Amino acid sequence: MTLTPDDWSAIRLTLELASIVTLLLLIIGTPLAWWLARSRSRWRGAVGAVVALPIVLPPTVLGFYLLVAMGPQGPVGQLTEALGLGRLPFTFAGLVVASLIYSLPFVVQPIQHAFMAMGERPLEVAATLRASPLETFFTVALPLARPGFVTAAILGFAHTVGEFGVVLMIGGNIPDQTRVLSMQIYNHVEALEYGQAHGLSAGLLVFSFVVLLGLNLLGGTRNTLGAGR
Amino acid sequence: MSGLSIHSRLQLADFTLDARLELPGKGVTALFGPSGSGKTTLLRCVAGLARATGRVEVNGACWQDDSRGFFLPTHKRALGYVFQEASLFTHLSVRANLDFGLKRIPASERKVGREAAMELLGIGHLLDRGTDTLSGGERQRVAIARALLTSPQLLLMDEPLAALDAKRKQEILPYLERLHDELAIPILYVSHASDEVARLADHLVLLEQGQVVASGPTTTMLARLDLPLAREEDAAVIIDTTVLAHDDGYQLTRLGFAGGGIQVPRRPLPVGAHARIKIQARDVSIALASDHRSSIVNRLPARIMGFGEALHPAQCLVRLELVGTPLLARITRLSRDQLGLSEGMAVVAQIKSVAVLA
Repeated sequence: MTLTPDDWSAIRLTLELASIVTLLLLIIGTPLAWWLARSRSRWRGAVGAVVALPIVLPPTVLGFYLLVAMGPQGPVGQLTEALGLGRLPFTFAGLVVASLIYSLPFVVQPIQHAFMAMGERPLEVAATLRASPLETFFTVALPLARPGFVTAAILGFAHTVGEFGVVLMIGGNIPDQTRVLSMQIYNHVEALEYGQAHGLSAGLLVFSFVVLLGLNLLGGTRNTLGAGR
Repeated sequence: MSGLSIHSRLQLADFTLDARLELPGKGVTALFGPSGSGKTTLLRCVAGLARATGRVEVNGACWQDDSRGFFLPTHKRALGYVFQEASLFTHLSVRANLDFGLKRIPASERKVGREAAMELLGIGHLLDRGTDTLSGGERQRVAIARALLTSPQLLLMDEPLAALDAKRKQEILPYLERLHDELAIPILYVSHASDEVARLADHLVLLEQGQVVASGPTTTMLARLDLPLAREEDAAVIIDTTVLAHDDGYQLTRLGFAGGGIQVPRRPLPVGAHARIKIQARDVSIALASDHRSSIVNRLPARIMGFGEALHPAQCLVRLELVGTPLLARITRLSRDQLGLSEGMAVVAQIKSVAVLA
């Protein structure tokens, strides 16, 4: 069994999607996790619940509403049209946006737990040593939360690689644009090309195992969503 | 204006801190009281880590004055803070921990150099170690040096010895005494251990349930019968003395102070050196006349200034004065009545044992 050019294209597209999404999520997720870990706002609980929604929601439900929102009648769709960006569904950009939402909790929660685990004390110590809040964040909070960031990046990446339901709803099956690995496996199965499906599936299986093994070896987490200590 | 002026009011769910203090601008001031009395909270308010309302002024520098809406955040206050438990940054080496504060101080404002701080606290050999390889005492010494390197105008110490065992405490106390002797800056020292207070404090603030019960020089505070300190089992007074002479034959050292002289087993101190001694109330007995047939060496003429209740109903406290220097004696009420002791009476204080602290 050899991988077809279509298979390679799906693999390349998947890695590209997961890399972009992970990078963006680390940038968006860090301030969000900081706020969730330290805010005393009464909105904290609600925001935390919204962030966690994709963990429990069937991906098809999430994908369906994203499709509606990004469609020509949806608020996001009208916004992107007004900005001259066109429509997001069935584009790579649409997949990125959907994946950001879909994988958000897997990045935010480990970072949030790491910020919470370090407690108030290191930040107070830094303040007594004349470090401004911003300096403290970069020189104390971020380094101390490093294991949480490693966990977050790995989980965010792996989770994006494995998504199917959301892609199906929002991205379709366009070669070189939205046909990611999980779609390609589905196509092979549909076409009864079990050998090809095995090749890609086994690859994903090994990939997932290696990721989890790596996490355990790092000692980063006790369970997949545990505190990143 | 020199001195510390602190007025902090903080309302918490089950506790109100309301402290007004005018403290000396140098030396060690101990904040002393039972746990839950608000010592640490007060220290945090002075540091700006807790947001009290009021005013904080340190030797002329205003850090907080809510009457004109002024509040300096912690990182802009020239303070050093030593926390109760080890607070070193675990992601940094000892050297990087020391530099964390130091590098934020402009070179022109640095009063304490890295070498001096390391020498003062004996941590030169630890520089390249990771913080997790240090003992509890070493960690605390590094934390103190780190705080000093920010050249603070006020050093705040929150029970820096509380998390250490007795042996480590003994290891670190001499360093704290050196701080006291060699630093020109005031130190606020939170403690609930009276032995630490006796060794280190020049000034003592007694806190209870968020209120200042009393504030004054340690020597007089320890001898006050109206304060709970005198009723403790190991109630004691401290006296600051000067080494007068050594007796080579009997291996004794003679110490002098305003109220007289005292002889202690010979100490390796030069004549003229300062020595702080502690005399426990239980080690002082009272005689009506100097008894030369007694084995007690230190017999000093004293005057009875008052009586107070002791912990056990069989005993009572007698406050004595040796020409300006207060002394406490704990005797039985039986002896008091048998000897007919009364206020104003001239007696002889017999001191069975003296602890030389430094």
